[in-house]
Amino acid sequence: MKAIMTSTGNHLDSKLDSRFGRCEFFVVYDTESGSVEFIPNPNKDLKEGAGIASVELVASKNPDLIISGEFGPKIKNLLDSLQIQLVVIQDTERKIQNIINLLNH
Amino acid sequence: MSPKNKILRRVVNPPPVKGFKPYGPNPDLRISEPVTLFYEEYEAIRLCDYDGLNHELASIEMGISRPTFTRIYAGALQKLAVALVEGRQISIGGGQVYFDTQWYRCLGCGCHFNHPNKDQEVTHCPLCGDLHFSPIAENKSPIHLVEPGTGQRRGTRGYGRMRRRGQNCKNYPE
Repeated sequence: MKAIMTSTGNHLDSKLDSRFGRCEFFVVYDTESGSVEFIPNPNKDLKEGAGIASVELVASKNPDLIISGEFGPKIKNLLDSLQIQLVVIQDTERKIQNIINLLNH
Repeated sequence: MSPKNKILRRVVNPPPVKGFKPYGPNPDLRISEPVTLFYEEYEAIRLCDYDGLNHELASIEMGISRPTFTRIYAGALQKLAVALVEGRQISIGGGQVYFDTQWYRCLGCGCHFNHPNKDQEVTHCPLCGDLHFSPIAENKSPIHLVEPGTGQRRGTRGYGRMRRRGQNCKNYPE
C-alpha cells in the first residue's frame, strides 16, 4: 500500500502539516518496500487552486491513502472520484516517523 | 432582489467516469459540444432508475424536497434525450452538490477516515489497523464538503423558466 503524508519538513522527525494543498513537503511511503520519498510542494505559495494542483501531483503517484490534518472543500470530490481514501489526524504534533510506525501495524 | 440560495444536494457516490463519447461513422459527432449532466442529475438517475427508489425516497436520500427531485430528474432525462438524439457527448460535472462519504473515527489512534469505495466493507482503521471505530454523524464530518457553484444560475429554478426569459444557457442552444 502506498500512503502520502503532508509534512512540515524534509526529515522523519518533522511534524505532520495540517494543510493539504499548501503543505511544505509531501511524503510518499510504500508499506511494502518501506521506501520514503520527500517531495517539496511546488504549489505552497499559490494564491488559488493550490489544493487542486497538489491533487494532480499526488495522484500521479497512485496512492491508496492520503494523511493530512485538513482537506480543502474543493478537492474532496476529486479525491473521491479517484477512489483515494482520506485520513484526517487532528493532532498536529504527530511526527512523520510516528505515523509510519502506525502504518506498519 | 437577490437570488435564492439553492439547497445543496447530497451525492453519495460520484460517477465512475467523467462522461461518454458517441462513436460511429460520422466523425463530427465525436467532437460535438458536450451536454453537461450535473452531478445531482446523475445521482437522481442512479437513485431512481438504478437503485429503483421512488421520487419520494430518492428526494430524502438527496436531502431535497420531492418536487425539486422530480424537477432535477426531468431535467436529467431531457439532457440524456438531447445527447442520444443529437449524438452529443455527455460530460458529468458541476451542479449544486456536496459529496457525502461516510466518515469514521478510529478508537485506537483517534484519527478520522473516510471510505470512498462503497462496495467494500470497512474492516479496520487504515492508519493503525485497529478494528474498533465508530461512524461519525453527517454534520460532524471534519471536512465541509461543498462543490463550487459551477452550475449557479441567477434566479432560476428549472430550465423552462430560464428559456422563457430568453437567457443564455449553454446546454440548450436555441
